[in-house]
Amino acid sequence: MKTLIAAALLAAATPSPAPGPAGPTVHIRDDRFVPATLTVRVGESVTFVNDDDDAHTATADDNAWDSEGLNQGQRWTHVFGTAGNVAYHCTVHPTMHGTIVVRSAS
Amino acid sequence: MRRGDFVRHVAWTGAGIAWVLGPDGVLRAADAAPGQFSFVQISDSHIGYMGPANTDVRATLQDAVTAINALPVQPAFVIHTGDVSHLSKQTEFDDARQILSTLRAPLLTIPGEHDVIGAEGPKRFAAMFARKDAAGRGWSSWDQGGVHFVALINVGEGETMGQLGDEQITWLEHDLAGRKPETPIVVFGHVPLFAVAPEWGWTTKDGTRALATLRRFAAVTVLNGHIHQIVEHREGAIRFATARATAWPQAAPGTAGAKPGPLAVAPGSLLGVLGYRTVELAGTPVWHDRTLAET
Repeated sequence: MKTLIAAALLAAATPSPAPGPAGPTVHIRDDRFVPATLTVRVGESVTFVNDDDDAHTATADDNAWDSEGLNQGQRWTHVFGTAGNVAYHCTVHPTMHGTIVVRSAS
Repeated sequence: MRRGDFVRHVAWTGAGIAWVLGPDGVLRAADAAPGQFSFVQISDSHIGYMGPANTDVRATLQDAVTAINALPVQPAFVIHTGDVSHLSKQTEFDDARQILSTLRAPLLTIPGEHDVIGAEGPKRFAAMFARKDAAGRGWSSWDQGGVHFVALINVGEGETMGQLGDEQITWLEHDLAGRKPETPIVVFGHVPLFAVAPEWGWTTKDGTRALATLRRFAAVTVLNGHIHQIVEHREGAIRFATARATAWPQAAPGTAGAKPGPLAVAPGSLLGVLGYRTVELAGTPVWHDRTLAET
């Protein structure tokens, strides 16, 4: 129990990543991510919007982040905190792939 | 026999599947006598979908349940071959379970890719619907009515759908190893085990490995969902049939300009493209695909 309480206190004390400036949007349309490749800076957010009349997800290939299911019109935002190329896909439609290129802020 | 029924005659003679071809070129069979062993397949209810292809997916699932409950002879079980939910949300599973719990017959359910979205989807589905005695990620087998049934899981393996995985195929090989070739086999899965339209994700990548273990049996029936329409296929003694959905139809493979996904139909015609399947397995086994417009 003490461990749980300590963990809870630590979690409460750990600041959440500060939201970055409003970033660009990836549209999910006709079973594709548009644009398929998007470049952002570290700390910038990307919003994924499902324009299709079908369920989609935006899910990192390494499962580091996952929008989970999005219905038509629903959106989900993620802040990219580390530089690098981040590959992602839709778990409902595995043929759908995209890449977020995250560049250092400097 | 109702006009519009999609009827297949499957005689479990032990020597293989016998198909009766009528003078008009349509495969037909006499209706089964009351009291025979039967089950029902329903599929792709997508509870949680909100769109023009079906504005009330709960109502159409309830229509299917009502029709099944009204069958003159209740089936031994009803199997839902996946995509119970649309987004794997708990509320969707709750709604589905509330409706499906009104079935008079026992319910079996295997997941579709819409039931295993996110980290919690598989857990929610398992908690609500999985067989407690299932192996691996939920696959199972049992003997009933002289038939060996196998329920496969071909979603949620890695990042893909349409994949069984080595562990499950090895399990299947062991499950079938000691069985006599004349044993009738019925296999369930969500995604078709044969290549209906790979470009649309309508295939199971390693399905051929599972089918290889089934080819020594004289009578095998493989029933799937996923594509929201009836497509039949035969490879030797293995017959395949995909099922209609209770939610919405999808375009036929190869349709120019079409893509997979919800397909809106003309107002008033939706129930005519949704449905369920009854399968009778003793005496003169037949399966019938009935639309919700017929009930």
